[in-house]
Amino acid sequence: MHGAGGDGTDGSDTTEGRTVAGSIAVLSGGISLEREVSLRSGGRVADALSDRGHQVTRVDVDPNLIRTLEEDHFDVAYLALHGSAGEDGTIQSLLELIGLPYTGPDVLASSIAWNKPIAQGLYGRHGLHVPDRVTLSQQAFREMGASAAVDRIADSLGSPLVVKPATGGSSLGLSIIQDATALPQAIVGAFSYAEVVLIERFVAGTEIAVTVLDGQALPAVEIQPKEGAYDFAARYTAGATEFHAPARLDPDVLAACEQAAVTAYTAIGARHLSRADMIVDASGTPWILEIDTCPGMTGTSLVPMAAAAAGLDVGELCERVLDLALCDRAGRPPEGDSR
Amino acid sequence: MRLETDPYLTRYAQRVQGMSASEIRALFAVAARPEIVSFAGGMPATSALDMEAVEAVAARVIRETGATALQYGGGQGRPELRRALVEVMDHQGVPAHADDLVITVGGQQALELIAKCFIDPGDIVLAEGPTYVGGIGALTSHQADIRHVPMDADGLQVDLLEERLHALAAEGRRAKFVYVIPNHQNPAGVSMSIERRLRLAELADEHDLLILEDDPYGLLTFNGDTLPSIRSLVPSRVIYVGTMSKTFAPGVRTGWIVAPRPIRDKLVLLREAADLCPSNLTQMVVEGWLTSQPWREQIKRFREVYRDKADTMLGALGDEMPDGVTWTVPVGAFYVWLTVPRGIDTSDLLAKAISNRVAYVPGRGFYADGSGGNQMRLCFSYPEVERIAEGVQRLGELLHAELELVTAVYGDDAPQLRARRTGQASGLGG
Repeated sequence: MHGAGGDGTDGSDTTEGRTVAGSIAVLSGGISLEREVSLRSGGRVADALSDRGHQVTRVDVDPNLIRTLEEDHFDVAYLALHGSAGEDGTIQSLLELIGLPYTGPDVLASSIAWNKPIAQGLYGRHGLHVPDRVTLSQQAFREMGASAAVDRIADSLGSPLVVKPATGGSSLGLSIIQDATALPQAIVGAFSYAEVVLIERFVAGTEIAVTVLDGQALPAVEIQPKEGAYDFAARYTAGATEFHAPARLDPDVLAACEQAAVTAYTAIGARHLSRADMIVDASGTPWILEIDTCPGMTGTSLVPMAAAAAGLDVGELCERVLDLALCDRAGRPPEGDSR
Repeated sequence: MRLETDPYLTRYAQRVQGMSASEIRALFAVAARPEIVSFAGGMPATSALDMEAVEAVAARVIRETGATALQYGGGQGRPELRRALVEVMDHQGVPAHADDLVITVGGQQALELIAKCFIDPGDIVLAEGPTYVGGIGALTSHQADIRHVPMDADGLQVDLLEERLHALAAEGRRAKFVYVIPNHQNPAGVSMSIERRLRLAELADEHDLLILEDDPYGLLTFNGDTLPSIRSLVPSRVIYVGTMSKTFAPGVRTGWIVAPRPIRDKLVLLREAADLCPSNLTQMVVEGWLTSQPWREQIKRFREVYRDKADTMLGALGDEMPDGVTWTVPVGAFYVWLTVPRGIDTSDLLAKAISNRVAYVPGRGFYADGSGGNQMRLCFSYPEVERIAEGVQRLGELLHAELELVTAVYGDDAPQLRARRTGQASGLGG
């Protein structure tokens, strides 16, 4: 798929003193398991940018990608890719190779965040609260008899437990289980999405997402599914989840959450835009679950809600992010490089 | 500030309350990519059509009768088409008069209109288990309570149906109708035996039953044989649904209902309320196809194409599948129904399958009650023969690896993973 969108301008556009690219490629789709969500994100981003007068082309990620990007002479790529290849540093590396500026964290930050166990270890080292957890690979089961140790997971982490793939998003492959008897099935299910599974202590509390835009936290969004967990259906069915922005938490707690999100963003060396998912427990402690370096931009996604609470519509938010990507081309070092 | 992602939420009818985004549906967005061998969609091999003939028919419709073709038509559908379809049914041994027919937008609209005509919220429908996912969709959108009756290699287990009928009667309830797909059933790939058809017809009389006979595949038996339709046995108790989607092309969206007159009258009124009339343009193309082209030859061609594909798939399954996996052996149409050992969940496994570049439909989609977790539908009608072998090989590798993994994860608690291939002695597996 490779179609033009928007009525376009023929060069640079200046909005509120910032220079925004003339020709923007919005990358979405690909062969990842989150293809559909990515296409929805890409559609919303492309529509919002073309509504603001930009020349936008939607580009699906397929074997012609590099040729398409080079032949069409884009100024910048907006990454609306979710799942492997789009978020794990693969596409970022390719875009650096062809010299096309892109939105979102760079190769290293992307690949760190993509691997949840590594990223969680890093957040812990930066003094953030991360749920107790165990990671197990398929190899551990196939070659090292890990099943004999499965009983100890519940002994050490308690219950309920959260079982999820160590990589990937959209809650795909995630289960919340009440007791250890359900562990094998949940583990096998999560292995369908990744080579490694992450089993975490379930933290009860208020689920929030904090968007970090260029190192600054936007208002936290509180997530309250109307039924059950914030799973795939609750994420992408309009009306299935209630959101509040800012989250209904004490100002001190909110400030601590925002600080935690910025710390995590800095810890992995993120840039431009990322979203931290957290649980705030009854005592007001924020527990960081993960950072999404290419967060969803669909009609039910959290980042556009946070932006709206900060007074930015989706188009303005995307312009800000594109502007940051172009500034980085001009030589600004990514966050964390100086640390 | 409370953010509402759907400001219309309080206005929806109850029937849409359960409609939500689905992980499986999202995964199918990837399955459509060309890198993936998809056994998921039940798509006919339209490439086997004589496109020049279709072009000639369509061009003539516009050239000679354009003004009519582009005009509104009658709600029951064009009499000329209904007469032509009576001949198609006659070719299969299904008796009907042109006036008994209502033309619909594919078989799916037929199911929707019938559900709308009969189902109040909570009404019971007895259906084969598994059954057509689109049938479940049409019925549940009218809030039917679908109760499945198991099948085996001879189709619906009619003795179990009889038990259900007695049980319902004991509760003082009755099913609004019994939904069956007797020929090369979607998804099970099996046909109802003659004995069972006869017994079903008897049961219909004994229990004053109405039967919804959905028959997209009756002309697609590989050897050309046909079995008697339920309609031919108890016409006053059957609403019969046919379609040109599998014997010509789904793109013309042409199906039909044959119903007893009082029901037919209601269906015509319902259809007029729904969409006024079927498209004259596509009706006339189908009419032209059936009156000027060798459509019987085309059906033979389709049978050959599907037989070759079925042979390829069945041969490859025999070569590639690990012990403990069973499947049905179709003698017509599109589908193989595959059962994997317990411990493997085919919904969970789909993501891994897609990552391994092969796709199928997980079994749960074919049950209204959530069962079918260790089953899957493989449709062989669309991929090219070489791709079928390749896809089954990928699926075989996947299942071998998954069995090994499940055994490793469950350890000593492995659930029935050692079952041998047992054929179809009891049910379709599962």
